This record gives sequence, C-alpha cells and structure tokens, in this order.
Amino acid sequence: MNSQWKILVVDDEIAMRESLAAWLREDAYTVETAASGREAVEMADKTPYDVYFIDLKMAPGINGIETMLEIRKHQTDATVVIVTAYATVDTAISAIKEGAQEYMVKPCNPEEISLFVQRIIKVKSLQRENVYLRQKLAKQCSFWDIISKSPEMHAIFDLVGEVASQRSTVLIQGASGTGKELVARAIHRAGNRAHLPFVGVSCASLAETLLESELFGYEKGAFTGALGRKRGKFEMAAGGTIFLDEIGDISPKLQMDLLRVLQERKFFRIGGTEEIPMTARVIAATNRDLQAAMETGEFRDDLFYRLNVINIKIPSLQERRQDIPLLVDNFIDRLAIETNKPVREISKGALKLLMDHDWPGNVRELENAVERAIVTARGEVLEEGDFDFIARARRRDTRLDIPAGTSLSELEKRAVEAALEQSYGNIKEAAQVLGVDRSTLYAKIKKYGIPR
Amino acid sequence: MLLSVLPVAAVDPAVLAAIEKFLGSRLPVTTRREAAMSVPPEAHDPKRDQYDGTLMLRAALAQCPPEASRLLVVTDLDLFIPMLTFIFGQAQIDGTAAIVSLARLRPEFYGLPPGPDLFTARYLKEALHEMGHTYGLTHCPDPGCTMSLSVNIAGIDRKHPDLCGNCTVRLSDKLDTLRRDPAQPRRES
Repeated sequence: MNSQWKILVVDDEIAMRESLAAWLREDAYTVETAASGREAVEMADKTPYDVYFIDLKMAPGINGIETMLEIRKHQTDATVVIVTAYATVDTAISAIKEGAQEYMVKPCNPEEISLFVQRIIKVKSLQRENVYLRQKLAKQCSFWDIISKSPEMHAIFDLVGEVASQRSTVLIQGASGTGKELVARAIHRAGNRAHLPFVGVSCASLAETLLESELFGYEKGAFTGALGRKRGKFEMAAGGTIFLDEIGDISPKLQMDLLRVLQERKFFRIGGTEEIPMTARVIAATNRDLQAAMETGEFRDDLFYRLNVINIKIPSLQERRQDIPLLVDNFIDRLAIETNKPVREISKGALKLLMDHDWPGNVRELENAVERAIVTARGEVLEEGDFDFIARARRRDTRLDIPAGTSLSELEKRAVEAALEQSYGNIKEAAQVLGVDRSTLYAKIKKYGIPR
Repeated sequence: MLLSVLPVAAVDPAVLAAIEKFLGSRLPVTTRREAAMSVPPEAHDPKRDQYDGTLMLRAALAQCPPEASRLLVVTDLDLFIPMLTFIFGQAQIDGTAAIVSLARLRPEFYGLPPGPDLFTARYLKEALHEMGHTYGLTHCPDPGCTMSLSVNIAGIDRKHPDLCGNCTVRLSDKLDTLRRDPAQPRRES
C-alpha cells in the first residue's frame, strides 16, 4: 500500500528529480516533483506531502534548507530528506540541526536508497499509527467520550469532575438517547473508583422478581430454581459504581427495597440472613418526569430525595443543535474505520438536512443515521441522498386502519407493531409512544410474538 | 499486441531470441526484432563511463515503430540514472517502453566464473520485470515474485521467473482494460 504515501521530489536539475521520482514510482509511491524551492513551498501549502526529498543547492531562489524551513512553517511534522552532491560533514550537520530527518549523498547506491526509503516509511507508519491509537485511547478512556461544545454540556462536565470522587447518589435525567449512561460512566472513570467495577442494570427490561434477584442476589433454596448462591449487582459493584437505568419504571415494592438499601447501606440476599454492606456508589437515571410521577403517587418521594442528592439534567439534541456537526464528524471518523468504508466527510447539504431534523431519539438516533448512511454510501463524502431514509420516515403514514369487528388483542398487537416500526425497533421510544413502561412492552412483544 | 525488441549496439542474438520466446510465453504479445540502434552519444557519461538509461530510452522511443504497442530495449552497456550509481533496467510505468541492461547480470561482472544458465535466468526475469512495469505493475512485496524490487544481484537470483498470484490478477485486469480500449497514449520518456 505504498500509494498512500505522498512524496515530493524537489531538485532544479530535471534529470535528477525525474530519475528519483521514476524510481520511487516503481515502488508505487505517489510522487510529484518541483523544479525550485519556491514551487515546492507553494505545492506543499496546497497539499501536504508525507516525505520531501529536497536538493540542498538549487539555483536560482531559495536553497534546500530554506525550503525545508518554509514548508515546516505550515507542516511542522514534515519529514525532510536533504539531498546533496557535495558531501561535507558541515552541510550534513547543519541540515540535521535545522531539522532534516535524513541526509543523502547523490548518486546513491540502489541498495542504500531502498533501505533508506523503507526506514523513513516505517517511521512514518509508526507515527501515523501512534496518532491514531492516541486519539482512540483519548476517546475511549477520557470523560470526553461525550462530545459537545454547548455551554450546558460543559457545565455538566464541570459538575461531573467535582462530584466524581464523592459518595453521594446521583440522579441523571434526560430523554432517551441523550447519553445518560455515558455521563454515569464518566462520573465513574473520573473519580477515585475508576479501577473498581462499574455495574449497569436496566431496571425496565426485567420483571419485578427477576430484578430483585438481579440486584440483591439470592441464597441456595431461596425460591424454586435457586440451585446455588448467586451474588447480586450490588455485591458485584462493591467499592465501585452501580448504575440503575430507567429507575422511574421500578415497582413500588422495589422502590421500598431500594430506599432501605440507600438508608441503611446494607442489604440481605433473597432468602439470606447474612447482612452485606453496600459499598457501591449509586447513580440512577430516568427519562421520566419523576416529579410528576411523585404527584400521581407512582414514585415514592422519599426515594426520589435519596436519589436526587446530585441532579444532572442532560439537554436533548434539539436543545444543543450546535453539537450536530461535531458529533457527525466524530461518528464519521470512528464508524468509517469500524465499517471499513472510505467515507471522510459530509457535504454541506447533507449536514443542513441533519441540522434541520428534530432527532426525537437524540444522539443515539443521530449516530444510527450516520452509521446507516456510511454503510450504504458509495463515495468519500456523505451526500443528501445517503440520508433519504430520514425524509422517508417523516413521510411514512403511521395511521392505523381499524375495521369494525377487530378484537381488542388484535388492536393492541397492531398498536405495538406500529410503535416499534415508527421507532425503528427502539424499545424506549416505542414504550413512550404507547404510554407503557418498558417491561410491559417487552411482555407484549413476547405475548404477540412480534419479530424485532 | 506487438512487442518490438530493439537491441542497442551489438547484443548476442541468442539472448534476444530467448527473451522473445520467454515474453511470448508469459504475455499476450507477438514479438518482432528491430534492427539494432546505435548508441546515442548524449547517453554516455564520461565521468562515470556509464550510459544514462533515461536518455537511452528516450532515443529508442523515437525509433519505436508506430504499430508496436510495447518496446523492449536490450543492451550490453552498463546503465545508470542520475540519482543512482547503476540500474539493472528501467521502464515507463503504465507506458510503452522499457530497457534492460545485461552488463551486471553476468557472473563474470562479480569476478565469478561464467554461468550461462544463471545469466539466462537473470535476464529473463529482468525482461519480464521491466515489461510488467509497462503494464502498470509496481514493485511487489513478495520477494519470490518477478515484480519484487532487486537492488543487487542476489535479489534477482532470489526471485522466480513468474508473477505471484496478486500480480497475475493485476496484470490480467490491465490486459482486460487494454482489450476494451486498446488506444493508449504514447508516452515520452
């Protein structure tokens, strides 16, 4: 894959520059030539090259070292090889002192130049790989997995930094797809518990009894099927963080149990008598309006106040539209590599289309849309046509046609199917549309055998 | 496709015949021997006492018959390019012409006893290598492939007189393209 490396050969003697260029082209490098230092600087300003071979003495105009220094003004990491017919120790030292990576005396033995070019390219490959891995590491491990330039989000970043090492419970509120779990993970990673477990539990996806045994664990024989002792999530998260997602959907009994754990900071396994200390920090999240749920009696106010010691409200994507270009660029960088597609950027028209969309599914929906566009895109640039599915979804008629004589259960099945179709299979969104909690929706999907 | 084989000055006819037969078996070409060309005086560098491969190729291209789609220049003279101390051969990438020098392929050049079979194997590989460049092939990372870069005689001896699987596919794709659109711009050296 030598063709990925762009080389510029700069020499005032046509025979020299063309012979070196031709030799490098046989090795499949992408090679261009410049007849003077000035021309080389102009070319480098337009498109940076990976490696420059620059003749030391060129007439008229600027010499090789001056050319190198000019190029370096715009491209500080340019790799430069100074080529000279007049081999002296002084010129070699001054070229290297000024920042040239290598110094080459012409004419050169083919074996020497071959090893020389391979060595330079190997170093360039390692540098490129290093930059990529550093970026990847920074993205993965830092708290800035959450990408934003909006002031509201930066206030959240500051708050996360302040509370990360405390033990207080945190309640994260925000619509689905806004990144509640990312914020929870950021709190965990930024604090002094980062080396201890982070255990996530999706409270809405499990039935009450199952969730209870997931959280607290059980002893052998605690109930039919309890064949051995099982540790619960609170135990697994010992010393670390337990993240209770969709806390607004838990049953009144579990609300009571959870309140007791938070108050007493200890619990029993189901069917157990041994008291187990609760050492994990609790972070809870919900997309429900818990104040409203308290007013209707669906959510215990004492539990709410226990959870809501530190409150973080994540704005919807609609409230931070200025982040869309930044997020899209980030998704393209990452997803193009993951999907092995040559996509590099998005056209202005396509970006405008994304900026104008409402994104009810927030950042997750935007990420899914970019991934879908990348997978089907044919060029290096995502165009408006690659996002046709957004317009199609807007136009889609989601009205239900109900003929007389339709049974109630048939009606329910069709309502669930329509909600799932509208939300592209997103359970949270579909449950919101239907006005039921997620565990109810899971039960309906199972009952009617609806494929997902 | 017609491949013109053009000797520069005196070249052993048996060598030329072997090259023609070999290339005819590896490439879809009909070969034709052209009358020997005299050495272009501007190609000689008295300081190095060598011949500039690029200038030789340029002079040969001026004599290339219009009906020939490829031109292979063969010479006994020792070649160089200004940036390098010597070359075994040179070619126009994805172009018309290539040149092969026999000077450094004989074992005698390295102070060894003559080895006719070794010499033959070397010039056949070099002829196919340079012709490969004219079909757009670049150096191959497989050291056994004819298209691998040889910077010394040991490198030539290491490789086989055949293309590897990848280069065979790339050559085949190129030949398909040429069959669909045989008109090719004649490139100056």
